Amino acid sequence: MRRNKVVGLGAVVLTLGLSLTACGTTEDGDGGSDAACDLKLAFFGPETGAAAGLGKPIIQGMQLAVDQYNDDADCDVEMVKYDSQGSPDEAPSLATEVAGDESIVGVVGPAFSGEGAAAGPIFAEAGVPTITPSGTNPGLSTNGWDTFHRALGNDATQGPAAAKYIKDTLKAASVFVIDDASEYGAGLAGIVEKDLAGAVTGTDTIQTGQTDFSTTVTKVNDKKPDAVFFGGYYAEATILIGQLRDGGYEGKFVVADGVKDPAFLDAKDAAEGTIITCPCIPDTDPAVATFAADYEKEFSEAPGTYAAEAYDAANVFLDGIESGIDNREDLLAFVNDYDEKGITKQLKFDKTGEPADVHVYAYTVKGGAIVPEGEIK
Amino acid sequence: MNFEFFFNNLPELTITGLAFGAIYALIALGYTMVYGVLQLINFAHSEVFMYGTFATLWTVIALNAADANGIKLIAILIVALFASMALSALIALALERVAYRRLIERDAPRLIALISAIGASFVLAELMGLRDRIAGWFGLEDDLSEYVGKARINNSMAGTLEKPRFDVAGVAISSIDIIVIVAAIGMMVLLDQFVRRSRLGKGIRATAQDPETASLMGVNPTRTIQVTFLIGGLMAGVAAFLYMLKIDTTKYDVGFLLGVKAFTAAVLGGIGNLRGALLGGLVLGVAENWGQALFGGEWRDVIAFVLLVLILLVRPTGLLGESLGKARA
Repeated sequence: MRRNKVVGLGAVVLTLGLSLTACGTTEDGDGGSDAACDLKLAFFGPETGAAAGLGKPIIQGMQLAVDQYNDDADCDVEMVKYDSQGSPDEAPSLATEVAGDESIVGVVGPAFSGEGAAAGPIFAEAGVPTITPSGTNPGLSTNGWDTFHRALGNDATQGPAAAKYIKDTLKAASVFVIDDASEYGAGLAGIVEKDLAGAVTGTDTIQTGQTDFSTTVTKVNDKKPDAVFFGGYYAEATILIGQLRDGGYEGKFVVADGVKDPAFLDAKDAAEGTIITCPCIPDTDPAVATFAADYEKEFSEAPGTYAAEAYDAANVFLDGIESGIDNREDLLAFVNDYDEKGITKQLKFDKTGEPADVHVYAYTVKGGAIVPEGEIK
Repeated sequence: MNFEFFFNNLPELTITGLAFGAIYALIALGYTMVYGVLQLINFAHSEVFMYGTFATLWTVIALNAADANGIKLIAILIVALFASMALSALIALALERVAYRRLIERDAPRLIALISAIGASFVLAELMGLRDRIAGWFGLEDDLSEYVGKARINNSMAGTLEKPRFDVAGVAISSIDIIVIVAAIGMMVLLDQFVRRSRLGKGIRATAQDPETASLMGVNPTRTIQVTFLIGGLMAGVAAFLYMLKIDTTKYDVGFLLGVKAFTAAVLGGIGNLRGALLGGLVLGVAENWGQALFGGEWRDVIAFVLLVLILLVRPTGLLGESLGKARA
């Protein structure tokens, strides 16, 4: 009930915003470049809502790519934002809106797996090419949507990497696996559970929005595991680790990219030592140095999680537009055949839309900051 | 079903369940008192609680509790408790004045008051969720960034309090859980005695039984309704403070889920019945924990609500029956 009201209001504001921007004219390119005019790229993901923290770096990474392109282009490409609040409930209607605007030739997103699953069929039907810089559920690429692409490794690679880290680096003999029943969290936890098989001594499920995890804490303490793996997002992870530590749990806490957000550090001392796996490239990696510097200059903060992936995703589309493509169909073909070096990896998609080249990195919380530890190989 | 784990950890599961159930119970009081007097479900009560959690959080930030310890920390927490009670009570009174009084005076159908309550709930929650923009209108969003910065995500005071655990006969018990249970039950006993013995309490019960006759006997109905909302607000403030001690984290929509649970607790115990609210809250809290222990976390809410349905099938008016008015003096 509550949600719909907010959405309704959001929709009104959005339509208003769109009609306003539609009035702005773009000067016509007077030759020189073949690039078409009046094209738009859309961001699809959470700009507001509980997961807004994860959406912001993606928006800014994409913004940077579009701005840099526009600096040299005769015809500006416009970036439009579709705020799903990260919710699968709201994704279909927003996706229909995107599909209806023919000037939108490509979508960076959907940011999350749940909304990606809900919006995917609509994009596939309308032939809107999408590249998600952050949605990692493996199931997304198995639906036969030829419009779907992913600019990072999925949980089928992140899950095993996390399991590998728990097994080889932490050398944990017993592991307790918790998930948040979301498309993303449950999927990831399932993979880790399967990969660690014998070492998993117990599992539990929590619910998003839950704040009292005392039973889960009791379950963990009952097993006294060396490590706890949690598949879910930072909102619950922050409270969960606090209650686990208060409950006397002293082992390792391992989480995945959904927790890689500064808000997780709100857990203060309890967060220390937490290991975060992420298919996202650290901003200290030499490959992204120029990007990181540009980003910091523009937004006066270091690039957050998936900013670089979003930058890469946007650049795939922008390369296509620069080559003179002015419609979805041609751009989709262009993306499917793409094979260039991006800043995060070699950007090339297989038939299902998965990236050909994948890396997963480990991060640790140290001294109140999320510090990169290196690639998990 | 995991019986071995369940029986091995029964004391711990029960105590943590009672602690969270006690918080449900304190919130449930607000629903039950207003229902007892007005036969109206005050759906905005969850937001009264939510404002209380923020009063606690802001006091802790403003008085820099993170660096305090010993006596100073305790003093800050007492200030936070009063701030929380004050803000919750204020919101409850404002709610009564703006959203209900005119409707009640005009004898509007209860359905209208219900819609008014839902509307008020949206407004209050969104005001909190948009507080960064509201501060922005006055150019204060930078000065107040500590308070309004994370408008739509979790706000945390984790690390302020140490929460030592101690062993009693091999069972690890959190000190916070004990504080929460004792404080909640203490408040309930106080309130129960107040309603049973004091003059104002007598007025509340009289109005609940028969508003017209009560006003003929010299009970001011408007005043009585105000006092009812005030008490509900104060209790929600205590609940909010205890919730923050235990969970450390709040958000503009934290009231929604807790409100649903607390309302369930009120119905479970018998809506309109003070002792019922306490019993309902505790039973719900323990049932959730036991359910999760036996069947797994995904069944937590299923167990709690199946229990509610079963109890209502056998006792349609809840465990202790509906009766604020019939409480004997």
